[in-house]
Amino acid sequence: MTSPPTGPSASETAAVGVHGITKRFGPVQALSGITLDFPRGQVTALMGENGAGKSTLLKILTGDHRPTEGHVTLNGQPVQLGSPAAARAAGIRIIPQEPEIFPHLSVAENVYAGALPRTRGRRLDRKELRRRIEADLVRFGFAEVLDPDTLGSRLTPAQRQLVEVLRALTGERPPELIAFDEPTSSLSEHEVAALFALVRRLREQDVALVYVSHRMAEIFQLADRIAVLRDGALAGVQRADETDERALVRMMVGRDLSTLFVRDRQEPGRPVLEVENLTTDAVRDVSLRVRAGEVVGLAGLVGAGRSELALALAGDLPVRGGTVTLDGVRLRGGRPGEAIRAGLGLAPEERKAQALFLQQSVRDNASLVVLDRLRRFRFVRRSAERELTRRYTDRLRVRTPSLAQEVGKLSGGNQQKVVLARWLAHRPKVLILDEPTRGIDVGAKAEIYRIIADLAEEGVALLVISSELPELLGLADRVLVMQGGRITGELDHAEATEESILALAMTEDLTTTAPGAGTAS
Amino acid sequence: MTLIKPPSPATDDTTPALRPPKERSTPRSLLAGIGGQNLSLVGALVLVLALFGLLNDNYLTLPNLQVIAEAATITGLLALVQTVVIICGGLDISVGSQVGVASVVSAMAFTASGANALLGMVAALAVGVLVGVLNGLVIVYGRVNPTIATLAGLAAYKGLAQLLSDGRAQGYVLNDDVFVFLGRGKIAGLPVMVWILVVVAVAVHLLLKYTDIGRNIYAIGGNDTAARLAGININKYLVFVYALIGVVATVAGILLTARTGSGQPTSGSEGLELKAITAAALGGCALKGGKGGIGGTLLAVALLGALENGLTVEGINTFWQNVAQGALLVGAVVIQQRRTGGRAVGLPH
Repeated sequence: MTSPPTGPSASETAAVGVHGITKRFGPVQALSGITLDFPRGQVTALMGENGAGKSTLLKILTGDHRPTEGHVTLNGQPVQLGSPAAARAAGIRIIPQEPEIFPHLSVAENVYAGALPRTRGRRLDRKELRRRIEADLVRFGFAEVLDPDTLGSRLTPAQRQLVEVLRALTGERPPELIAFDEPTSSLSEHEVAALFALVRRLREQDVALVYVSHRMAEIFQLADRIAVLRDGALAGVQRADETDERALVRMMVGRDLSTLFVRDRQEPGRPVLEVENLTTDAVRDVSLRVRAGEVVGLAGLVGAGRSELALALAGDLPVRGGTVTLDGVRLRGGRPGEAIRAGLGLAPEERKAQALFLQQSVRDNASLVVLDRLRRFRFVRRSAERELTRRYTDRLRVRTPSLAQEVGKLSGGNQQKVVLARWLAHRPKVLILDEPTRGIDVGAKAEIYRIIADLAEEGVALLVISSELPELLGLADRVLVMQGGRITGELDHAEATEESILALAMTEDLTTTAPGAGTAS
Repeated sequence: MTLIKPPSPATDDTTPALRPPKERSTPRSLLAGIGGQNLSLVGALVLVLALFGLLNDNYLTLPNLQVIAEAATITGLLALVQTVVIICGGLDISVGSQVGVASVVSAMAFTASGANALLGMVAALAVGVLVGVLNGLVIVYGRVNPTIATLAGLAAYKGLAQLLSDGRAQGYVLNDDVFVFLGRGKIAGLPVMVWILVVVAVAVHLLLKYTDIGRNIYAIGGNDTAARLAGININKYLVFVYALIGVVATVAGILLTARTGSGQPTSGSEGLELKAITAAALGGCALKGGKGGIGGTLLAVALLGALENGLTVEGINTFWQNVAQGALLVGAVVIQQRRTGGRAVGLPH
């Protein structure tokens, strides 16, 4: 840990920058040779598709990851950020996407956690704590929206974020750089406006700001400069007033939208998945139907309940009401085994956490669901297993040295293909794919689109959840849009555009108030 | 490995963006098949045998090796099932107490039934299954962490054995042919006890490596969320595994009775959980689950047995042996954690 020199704070010099940053995780190259400055008093937006390297770059800034090559600079001087504490001491702060709040501590204790004031006897100095929180709340203009005594568990999403912002603003050393990681994903509209006002005020105070977001409109409202990452490399930096949405998208994907995957649509067959008024803790009154050979897209913002719907259909989340019928068989729900036997497959959102056995072989991972078909007297027939898994890994073009390779050593795209191989081997009637191309490279993405199209042609009913709208538009026959646990609209292929989907995904923010949200303003 | 530059639009669909990982050379993959861990265990075993063989002429004689094997049998049985439960992400530290219960019940039922060995064993098995299922149910449905649940079991089942036996050795079984055969008999020159260990080891190995049950056990320990989403009934498996421990611990308890001639509530079974867990950890079981195998565990059992016998033969104080055993367990886990390369922050997972 090098202590940074305290240079003159000239707005012209970049407060923080990265120089030649490369980061590898095993065989995967997450970042390659990124050089980028974050000048004082400017909002630098960081954009890029999922998996482009935005969060890795943030984690290097915050000391969570160490770069394989290159370094972070502070006032032009290279510094080693060995830990989050070192980065914090250097004045680099991040507002994480999911605020980390201690549920049993008060707002005041949450804000200063780790550096609580104490008396000489090492006891918590409650008076000093109170004095500090009240002063800081007033100083940063949060006195109206945050009560220092509220417990963490009772805060709304927006308030939780404000606590993180306060953490970033306070501390021995004033912040040099504050990074916001998709801060608006859980905020309602007027909360977003308050956040923007805050970002602008920080800009006036000459703090360097980094703003990660997928939302074009926000970026153009806030950002001074826009840096685009693509496949771990810097695709370019533009002044916000010199570029437009279309140009940015082209930079992000490396090509025009029109060249994205488009599949041949066919007349779908009989309804295979029928859901009536399904209600769970996170999903309200959802009815939908997917027919054989049809690809139905499920769009919505993070937290809209899409993944929860998928998990409920797969029998992993308890169902409170409504019915799920799979090819005429009514599912009782609550048992993944039951849904699988009825012919359902789910490739979940978090493939490493929810689908893969990283220490185990490609073969073991691919054959898991169909072991009962491969066994004789409970003994797995090895040759049959090898043959079956080879058939599907070949078909999906999984690039692996052998079937015995540990799945954890494959690239993200190949890992996803192993998950798909598992479900293809099952020959499902319904396949639910939750963010099937998240974090995988462009080439593998195209292959996965091809697989989805082939499966539809073979008569599988597909429900595809994706946050990447161009992907949904290219794949889906129809797009269902969810918001706040409900389906707020359905668009057929002809009607669906990014704008029409986003309108359905966001507009009702004003009318429906999610529980707990919307009290902070 | 490096990322190839993003493909140009024209070739998007076909160009692989990532090269496949390098092929491993055959000798290396062969080595990986045997397992580096097992090789170092074999090395350590040879070292221990050679060391004590040099120090003491009687150490490497056939009778002494047989003593080592017999003494290691009961530990070995428990280490085998400990391996299974660790692979599926659990732990059982009540195994020693379960052996005590089985030993007492088998001897007392034997006596009460008028010297019917079969009845004694069946009664012990019934109790063993019940105890194992109870452990499983407490863990799964009581949502009690396996370590805590079986720590409670360690105390409670020991107490149960002491209550049943009034804290004393019970019955005398060495007038019965079956018990004598189990404890002292030989088949083809090998003690029956060792045969039993071999049979159980082969059975557990087949279960783990060649059946869908075994695959699912590895899956549950490797990633329980993914296992659940793949349709595996995790609860059923956990209860099954703890019941299996109950059965095998009972076999160990019956052998203890046959060995000592009477039902022992604590003598001979206390501390077995430590040995069993140490053997499993030394044998390469990842304590977070999903990894491990019978081969490594058996080698570790042999190593522990050879070490214990050697230290005893050399007249080293048993207090020191306890220290050595504790050090071995910690050492094995430290090495394991180093290999996984996790960061040293906060409590280990």
